[in-house]
Amino acid sequence: MYGTGILKGMAVVMKHFVNSYLDDFSWAARGGRYYNDEALQVRQGVKGRGVKTVFYPEEKLDVPERFRFVPFLVTDDPPPGQKWGKDWCTSCGICAKVCPPQCIWIERGKQPNGRPKPEPNAFFIDIDICMNCGFCMEFCPFDAIKLDHDYELASYNRTTAHIHDKERLSKPLSYWREIAPKKAAAEEAARNFVEEAKAKKKARQAGDGEPDPTLADEHARQLMYRGDTY
Amino acid sequence: MSELILDAPEPQEEEMMMGTAVSDDPVARAAALLKERFPDAVSDDPRDGYSGVMVSADKLVEVATALRDDFGFNYLSSVTGVDLLSENKLEAVYHTYSLDQGGDALVLHVQVDRDNPSIPSLVPVWPGADFQEREAWDLIGIHFEGHPDLRRILTWDGFNGHPLRKDWKEAFFEEEKKPFGSRWPDGGVFRAEEKNPFGKNVQYPPGWQPTGNEYDVETDMYLPGETHVVDPGTGIKTDQVTVNIGPQHPSTHGVFRMVVVLDGETVVDLKPVMGYLHRNHEKIGERNTFIQNIPYTDRLDYLASMSNNHGYVLAVEKLFGMEVTERAEWLRILMVELTRICNHLWALGFLLNDLGALQTPMLYFYLERELILDFFEATAGSRMMCNYMRFGGVAYDLPDDVRGTPTMQFLEELIYGNIPRVLEQGDQLMTGNEIVRARSIGVGVLSREDAIAYSTAGPVLRASGVQYDVRRANPYSFYPHLDFDIPVRFNGDVMDRYDIRMEEMRQSLRILQQVLPHIKATAGQKINSDKPQYALRAPRAGEAYGRVENPKGELGYYITARRREGNPDRYHVRAPSFINLTPLGKMCQGHKVADIVVILGSIDIVLGEVDR
Repeated sequence: MYGTGILKGMAVVMKHFVNSYLDDFSWAARGGRYYNDEALQVRQGVKGRGVKTVFYPEEKLDVPERFRFVPFLVTDDPPPGQKWGKDWCTSCGICAKVCPPQCIWIERGKQPNGRPKPEPNAFFIDIDICMNCGFCMEFCPFDAIKLDHDYELASYNRTTAHIHDKERLSKPLSYWREIAPKKAAAEEAARNFVEEAKAKKKARQAGDGEPDPTLADEHARQLMYRGDTY
Repeated sequence: MSELILDAPEPQEEEMMMGTAVSDDPVARAAALLKERFPDAVSDDPRDGYSGVMVSADKLVEVATALRDDFGFNYLSSVTGVDLLSENKLEAVYHTYSLDQGGDALVLHVQVDRDNPSIPSLVPVWPGADFQEREAWDLIGIHFEGHPDLRRILTWDGFNGHPLRKDWKEAFFEEEKKPFGSRWPDGGVFRAEEKNPFGKNVQYPPGWQPTGNEYDVETDMYLPGETHVVDPGTGIKTDQVTVNIGPQHPSTHGVFRMVVVLDGETVVDLKPVMGYLHRNHEKIGERNTFIQNIPYTDRLDYLASMSNNHGYVLAVEKLFGMEVTERAEWLRILMVELTRICNHLWALGFLLNDLGALQTPMLYFYLERELILDFFEATAGSRMMCNYMRFGGVAYDLPDDVRGTPTMQFLEELIYGNIPRVLEQGDQLMTGNEIVRARSIGVGVLSREDAIAYSTAGPVLRASGVQYDVRRANPYSFYPHLDFDIPVRFNGDVMDRYDIRMEEMRQSLRILQQVLPHIKATAGQKINSDKPQYALRAPRAGEAYGRVENPKGELGYYITARRREGNPDRYHVRAPSFINLTPLGKMCQGHKVADIVVILGSIDIVLGEVDR
């Protein structure tokens, strides 16, 4: 019959309309559906049926651990009274070489005798150029550069505020542990594993026949390329 | 290989090859026959690592006609140029396929003198060469004799030089190849515009005036000719009106312009004008190292970044002779098929939008797309610019959970629950809807012959009755082990293109349902056959063409490299959105203005890929 197609379509619209209010009822006793972190997770997940709107900035979606946005530099946890600890960066320049849009500038540190020192004198990232690809993090052999979760970088002046210097880039290890707990733990395990493997190798050469250690799967799966670098 | 794969159906390729000797493969046979028929004009390509035949320019049209009519290579997929600066030559490269037999490309190489680069146009043989030859003229500067409308296409007419020539330098030129020396070890930060201030970074060709040129009215340039028609019945002289739709127009899906000649409300002629988003992706790609191109491919068809990655890594793996681990292949197929669903949901939602059902029904399609993007974000770190694939595998294994749900459970919910539900809902919303049917049946018809001649690909080609899908015709990855159908429709109108996309999503679901057990079975295995390397160098000189069935059609990457070089020598993208636009004018003729929008929507273009 002519017109049934349109009626069927109307039924779909009606279903969405009703569903959007059912959410209100089901969350009414548990603090309402808006401005409620628990409700937000369900609304946005596979079970969500009603309205998906997120009231940004009052409501914010959790970003997953692997989310990547504009790099930062990892330092040791700072001693009391200071903002940063020792840089992890050794200014080897791999991140600057691999960076696809070439947004990283590094000035290598120098010892008084003019020989290179394994720490950066200056480090700049032009965040207008950065494409958030994550290659710097992927290829850094020292776990010293990581992609951040802070995506709210709007500012009034791009010429001054959008070139991040070392001071702006440095963040302590505790911050990385906070935003990416699983990955940070896996990296730590991998670093220990390298030490352990070296020790085992030495022991084996000395005649102690212990087998090669393996990195636990729960850690290996968090690392890029399943941690084949380690 | 896991045990599961042993139960999977045998690859079709072997069946096709049964009973035939290896030397009998269609490409080698056609090449041998060509050499026999044109002994003076056709010869093997003597260079190491190159396939196909060398054709002399003066006989090109005859060779192409014979190839099309007598040898069954009836589909011209890709036309591009290469600058061979050291030999002082320009080369045109044509990839032709046989739609009936499938298989690899027969590649034609035509070399001409760099100072007088003139090659006969193939538009009379394949009209689909139209835009691609214009692109090769624009970017490389090969002059195609006999082309009906050889103008610049991606850059504008006041552009100086041909940017893909090796001796051309961009305004913000720093060095020939990345990485740039200024970044390390003495990096002093600077912004490009400090070195080359705005206003002083443009050069015009000699003798070119920014204002007042040969065209009085800009649209004359696109549609010259008589604008008055005399009505044969009454003898009354009526005006035809030239209208610009776009470049800033919500229904053009981006910054895209259509110059339309209208007789009343009816379209007499239409020409697409593009290039507003042009950033010379290919020049950037040639400055980049091999791995640096992966994130750039995300930005081509930004609705299907996983597929773009896939095509590029396939091409480079071919060039490098790399292996891919089993789990990585399954992960790639999982991602690519989810991308296909993502893209088609977007396309159908937008088609509704173009039909006039603004915003709300479109969003019904996007709800499930959102979940797929959540999955991409949790796995690869970004919703759209995934940058997920690497040479030899993928970057990351699956995450532990997505939005609080364990990953495998999330995927099962998605594949067995949410996506089938949204497809059913889309069916209810659109397929039977009388308004949709009235607006789309018989609109924008592209006949089978035209679809082939115009080099269209993907859903546009299959809606016109050609059952051609790269996943089956020239299989890659693990597709031969998977059981799925290639949908085909025969009317070639907007409704059929809609139908094809709907059906393709169902087939993608079928593939995903078969992939999930493999993902489970291969858990814990290696996802990359290689160690991460940031400075890969080509182990051999040569060319490679990797192609995948992107949601929009055949996406091909043509790469040439020199031995021990870390950067591709030539990097070309065969962009399906761009080439599918070639028959737009033809499809729109005789329809009303409002139908243009729908026809464009049914082709499904992404301007990031059209303009590159």
